[in-house]
Amino acid sequence: MIVAERKPFDEIKNMVSGYKKVLTVGCGTCVAVCLAGGSKEVETLNAELNLAFGKDKIEFGAETVERQCDMEFLAELDAKADEYDALISMACGAGIQFLAERFPNKPVFPAVNTSFIGVNLDVGWYEEKCRACGTCVLGLTGGICPVTLCAKSLFNGPCGGTNQKSCEIDKDQPCAWYKIHERLAGQDRLGQIIEISPPNDWSNQKPRKVIQPGYEERVKALGR
Amino acid sequence: MKSGSNLEKILKAGHFAFTGEVGPPRGANVEALREKVSYLKGNVDMANITDNQTAMVRMSSWAASIICMQEGVEPNFQMVCRDRNRLAMQADILGAYAHGIRNMLCLSGDHQQFGDHPQSKGVFDLDSMQLIGMVKKMRDEGKFLGGADIDGPPELFIGAAANPFAEPFEWRVHRLAKKVAAGADFVQTQCVFNMERIRAWVAQANDMGLTDKVAILPGITPMKSVGMAKYMKNKVPGMDVPDEIIKRLQGVDKKNVADEGIKIACEQIEEFKEMKGVAGVHLMAIEWEHKVPEIAERAGVLPRPEV
Ligand code: SF4
Ligand code: SF4
Repeated sequence: MIVAERKPFDEIKNMVSGYKKVLTVGCGTCVAVCLAGGSKEVETLNAELNLAFGKDKIEFGAETVERQCDMEFLAELDAKADEYDALISMACGAGIQFLAERFPNKPVFPAVNTSFIGVNLDVGWYEEKCRACGTCVLGLTGGICPVTLCAKSLFNGPCGGTNQKSCEIDKDQPCAWYKIHERLAGQDRLGQIIEISPPNDWSNQKPRKVIQPGYEERVKALGR
Repeated sequence: MKSGSNLEKILKAGHFAFTGEVGPPRGANVEALREKVSYLKGNVDMANITDNQTAMVRMSSWAASIICMQEGVEPNFQMVCRDRNRLAMQADILGAYAHGIRNMLCLSGDHQQFGDHPQSKGVFDLDSMQLIGMVKKMRDEGKFLGGADIDGPPELFIGAAANPFAEPFEWRVHRLAKKVAAGADFVQTQCVFNMERIRAWVAQANDMGLTDKVAILPGITPMKSVGMAKYMKNKVPGMDVPDEIIKRLQGVDKKNVADEGIKIACEQIEEFKEMKGVAGVHLMAIEWEHKVPEIAERAGVLPRPEV
């Protein structure tokens, strides 16, 4: 899932301070699971904003859609958005942008910092796992991502700073390449990292789109 | 000859190589750089010129390498993967070669968080293994990484670093093998303090036939003080400093500690001279360049052979 963290309150407060009616829009998917931008967090944020501004100065509305990264769900806001002069989005960066695209005449402000694609380690505790590099090498590296979990994104690690089992940047951060070695050794597959991994194709350096096989015609017909 | 560098000639002639290291200044203080280099002149076969070492901004390694050459010492142009993408790397390699630089050392580079610009974006477009392969491709095939022909390929002697001390130990020699396969001509190791480890590692490299393909130069760093030894043991990632070294330094009179450090270094060098599979040593006298003449003298590596 996408993991996000709520922005510091003062930053949010400053963004909306000049408006009269503001709608806070949550998202019911990733950011709800990681406790950053679901309906509960919308409520909490609005309560804090009401306290800070006083009800008569700015009126805050609340709405949470299933997914802000899907126009179908954003359509539910069409009637409502008109009543407001600004929107706060608590979705990830993708959802915030889609909301802004749906309502191009309204200022849209982010209430979260989108952090990463990650996993749930425990309630309220998440870890980054993927940088969406576009050329997944997990099959070679024992299912441990060298792009994300190695501080230097090395494809032929470890580096000279590998420190017992830790990464050179921090004793508490495991060295990804130590773990890759350990996992592959356990599976008797070390041969895979004896081969040199060639320079990576950083396909994530330009805006990307994906059209799944079979949908090309449909996309063409949409004319976008 | 791949490059015709002094180091390559020394190794080819079968001499025990002795290389040094100079960190460029934190500014454009050319005089300070010239002075550091002057201590190495005639005492080493080649001097590594570090590249934004510990992620601190310094005079660029290729520029400092040129100044080093002007002072009569052959440079080893270091390049880290942290600060440049493949375009900038290839451009700097061509530029360095055009100015007469004939050796280069391919490194990952310390993480940017250690330096004076911890907020910077680490590039790591290539890793050190891929950098070695790219330089080899440029030299041997006359092609850029992207595949186009190079008009005047750079004939460089390609260096790599090795850390024989990291865990898991049995993997270390395979790392070396990988660097040799990528195209390394010589390898300089992390500072050696644990002799037992390096003996075992070199023996493995001999067994795998790697030492026939690559010149191994163990890194030597004389300890200046007990504090330095403790700092290296506890604070520098990837460093393996056995307690015996610290105890030995603690065991001598305070004013003789630095001398004892040099003694330990010289003993190591003596052992390496006799060790099968070792082609020389690399002296990293960090901020102690003025001591290099004395260390070289005491290590019995002078005069340096003319080749
Ligand atoms: S290799 Fe790339 S796609 Fe695969 S997990 Fe890592 S960042 Fe994600
Ligand atoms: S210590 Fe390991 S995880 Fe950290 S940068 Fe080096 S190879 Fe990557």
